Amino acid sequence: MSRAFRLLPIILLVWVLLAFAWRLIQPPDPTVRSQLVNREVPHFVLQPAVAGVPGLTSADFATGEPRLLNLFGSWCIPCIGEASVLEELQRKGVKIDGIAIRDTESGVSGFLKRHGNPYARIGSDPNSNVQLALGSAGVPETFIVDSSGVIRRQYVGPIGASDVPGIIAELEKLR
Amino acid sequence: MKAIALALGLLLATPALGQSNMPPSYWAYRQLPDAKQEAKAQALMQELRCLVCQGQSIADSDAELAGDMRDLVRRRIAAGEKPEQIRAWLIERYGDWVSYRPSTAPIAWPLWAAPLVLLIFGGAIVAGRLKRKRS
Amino acid sequence: MIAEAGLSALWLAAALSLLGLFLSVLHVRGKLDADREVRSLAIVQGVLCLFAFAMLLVVFARTDLSVELVAENSHSAKPLVYKIAGAWGNHEGSMLLWVTVLGLSGAALAAFSRQLPSRTLIAALGAQAALALGFHAFLLFASNPFARLDPPAPQGRGLNPLLQDPGLAFHPPTLYLGYVGLSVAFSLAVGAMLAGDVDRKLARAMRPWVLGAWIFLTLGITAGSYWAYYELGWGGWWFWDPVENASLMPWLAATALLHSVAVLAARDALKAWTMMLAVIAFSMSMVGTFLVRSGILTSVHAFAVDPTRGAFILVLLGLYVTAAFLLFAVRAATLREGAPFDPVSREAGIVVNNLLLTVILGIVFIGTLYPLMAEAVSGEKISVGAPYFNAVAGPLAIVLGILLAVGPLLSWRQERRPILRKLALPALFAATALVIAFLALPQATILSRFGLALAAGLIPAAVLPLIGRNPLRTPLAIWGMAIAHLGAGVAVAGMAADSAFTVEKLTASRPGETVAVGPWLVRFEAVAPVAGPNWTAVEAELRASRGGGVHVLRPQSRFFTSPPTETNEAAIKTLLNGQLYTVLGQSDAEGRYQLRLWWKPLVTLIWFGGVLVGLGGLLAFAGHARRSWRRRRA
Repeated sequence: MSRAFRLLPIILLVWVLLAFAWRLIQPPDPTVRSQLVNREVPHFVLQPAVAGVPGLTSADFATGEPRLLNLFGSWCIPCIGEASVLEELQRKGVKIDGIAIRDTESGVSGFLKRHGNPYARIGSDPNSNVQLALGSAGVPETFIVDSSGVIRRQYVGPIGASDVPGIIAELEKLR
Repeated sequence: MKAIALALGLLLATPALGQSNMPPSYWAYRQLPDAKQEAKAQALMQELRCLVCQGQSIADSDAELAGDMRDLVRRRIAAGEKPEQIRAWLIERYGDWVSYRPSTAPIAWPLWAAPLVLLIFGGAIVAGRLKRKRS
Repeated sequence: MIAEAGLSALWLAAALSLLGLFLSVLHVRGKLDADREVRSLAIVQGVLCLFAFAMLLVVFARTDLSVELVAENSHSAKPLVYKIAGAWGNHEGSMLLWVTVLGLSGAALAAFSRQLPSRTLIAALGAQAALALGFHAFLLFASNPFARLDPPAPQGRGLNPLLQDPGLAFHPPTLYLGYVGLSVAFSLAVGAMLAGDVDRKLARAMRPWVLGAWIFLTLGITAGSYWAYYELGWGGWWFWDPVENASLMPWLAATALLHSVAVLAARDALKAWTMMLAVIAFSMSMVGTFLVRSGILTSVHAFAVDPTRGAFILVLLGLYVTAAFLLFAVRAATLREGAPFDPVSREAGIVVNNLLLTVILGIVFIGTLYPLMAEAVSGEKISVGAPYFNAVAGPLAIVLGILLAVGPLLSWRQERRPILRKLALPALFAATALVIAFLALPQATILSRFGLALAAGLIPAAVLPLIGRNPLRTPLAIWGMAIAHLGAGVAVAGMAADSAFTVEKLTASRPGETVAVGPWLVRFEAVAPVAGPNWTAVEAELRASRGGGVHVLRPQSRFFTSPPTETNEAAIKTLLNGQLYTVLGQSDAEGRYQLRLWWKPLVTLIWFGGVLVGLGGLLAFAGHARRSWRRRRA
């Protein structure tokens, strides 16, 4: 019995060291991911962010066609780089809706003027309410929503040109 | 003199340093008028993790999203929701990670059991030693 | 030149520690009498480390931008005191401080140890040299503080403004003297187990080291807590953050070790506990060093993340701790127990004290590492924070507090007198406080209400050992014990009071408006721009009064230029019965400024208590030192 007692600290020690080693080899991923993947888009109603472009509601997603939901802000630097990729996707026929997080009308309209408007609708989320409801923790983020309004995939961070074929393929699958 | 001019310039240039275009949400830095509700909200905020910080609760953070989460908590408590419901709503969206209070799910059972196990184990060693001492 | 001199000194010190290790192995195995040589090597090695550290300070004081570390972490516009303190405000510099304290501890052990048999001492110095060798290797190969930058940078990258604070000058060195000072206890334990000499002489040799390191740890943690309190701007003083826990764990082990070593010194008992605790205490220091510098845990306090450095420390940690645990496993049978004692005796009390402290240590350890373990096993991310630690460690701490009141009154070996009678009055105070707290403070947490009751009982009980004795003839060590235990009670009072009585007010106010917080009326007079050496700020003038005079507070919202950061400088007014804590936030479009105001009754008792605990330790240290000096003269 006392031998077990004396070996127990070593066994625990080795376990802890192995856990440390594992964590060093596989560093923690600080990305915060939404838990709503494969769940329906939560109910929301947002006013238009900018004049001339309609606002966005959750009902706009169960349309029978898969869509992209892009969270952005005119104050967000990586969103500028992403804008051209979104334009490319829209040119290829992808339907994109946007939510402007914590933004003003002048900010959004300036952003669209400078970088183009790939969005069919843009909702205004001045207090991050819908962002929190979606399980998003920053901008830019993009959700792929299928034809019945279920979120299928989340991209955290700006979409790059290399992501385009993958997105288009996925949207095809969801048709 | 130049320093004061610089300071004035900075004063006028707020909000500074990479933030959004909107000011903090209404309830981010305001207390609820009902003290009991505010206490409930405060207790919950201490236990919710700031999503964009390096290990802080939303009660201790000046980050914008933390302010928006405080706003959400206070609004919902004022509307009559229970703290547990709000916590569950957030866990539904961000996972157990967003709550500093570990859940009662199986993943956390060893955590809650550990103190008992340690006490029993340690107590057994101590009791054994004390008994041996007397004999 | 200076940097190269420092680097050469480090290489030389590493070589000497290798030689010292080699010679000590030969000495312990009886092949050679290298007593004087090993001692001298330890002393020279310590001096060389000190020299290297001094060179680092010089390089920072002059802002020598050809040294990469200075270019990354300093700036010519910084005030001199922060230039120097900035030397240890980064990974490499603080690691050099770590190694320097390790070297100096070994040197002091070699220079001042007189009562230990030669074989035990040389074995201990050998263990110390082995530690030094590993950490020197880490420093020289993976964290060189003297690396050059060619061409030199035109200007430094500045220092994190949160670190431009007197706290930086005080907190890390104090903490490191504590953490790394425990290495001597570790080495003495290893040496004694190797030489087969675990007895009262070892305990008497170990005690000043444990006491000294523990005093520094206590003061360092107290200072760190106060620094976070006034710096972070929300009035919190402990967050159960992984880095904070990393400093608490060695402290818990050292506190248990302190009491255990006293039993070993007085009664030749608890040998196994004492050896195990000595190993665990420094192991916790090493684990803490690993956690803070490897990036595996998220924390506001963590140093820059580097997994390769983490891997190096992990290997060192693994080698040293495994070796020490194995040694303990092999030698534990030979640790013949000394004088027996009754279940109701001071020894038994200290055994229970050890148990409780070790369980709390285990809880903090498990809670800190659980998210990592859970993710490794299941892939799920969870968070473990204050709700867990307070719920689980809090009650245990209360029980420990009660033991603190009873333990010092127990006699060695066997308690036959009715000591409970002595505790009648403190128990009455505690019970009364408990009843009042439950009746009058329904909104306070249960833990804080019990904390108030505990403090009401512990504070009078702590001074009981002094009553009935001639104050001038009472040994300093008894004074030390009473004051340290009193300090613990005072700190608990502060913690409970802060939790139960703090009043918070958040407002958006215009200059000219008045805000009420608790018994105070705070008038927001004006806002003005202010400039400092490397910052500009918006400063508010607040006039607070509660009946009597007016106190002026000036909280600031500060902007630093390099690196560009915004911080809140809280304005705190300390009074006899609490602190008024004020913070200025942002302004909105309509000219209203965020004001955060707290009235925190009795909160300063937290840190005052911590200082008292340290002071008690200091008195005990002085008492033991004086007694051993007298004994040597006789």
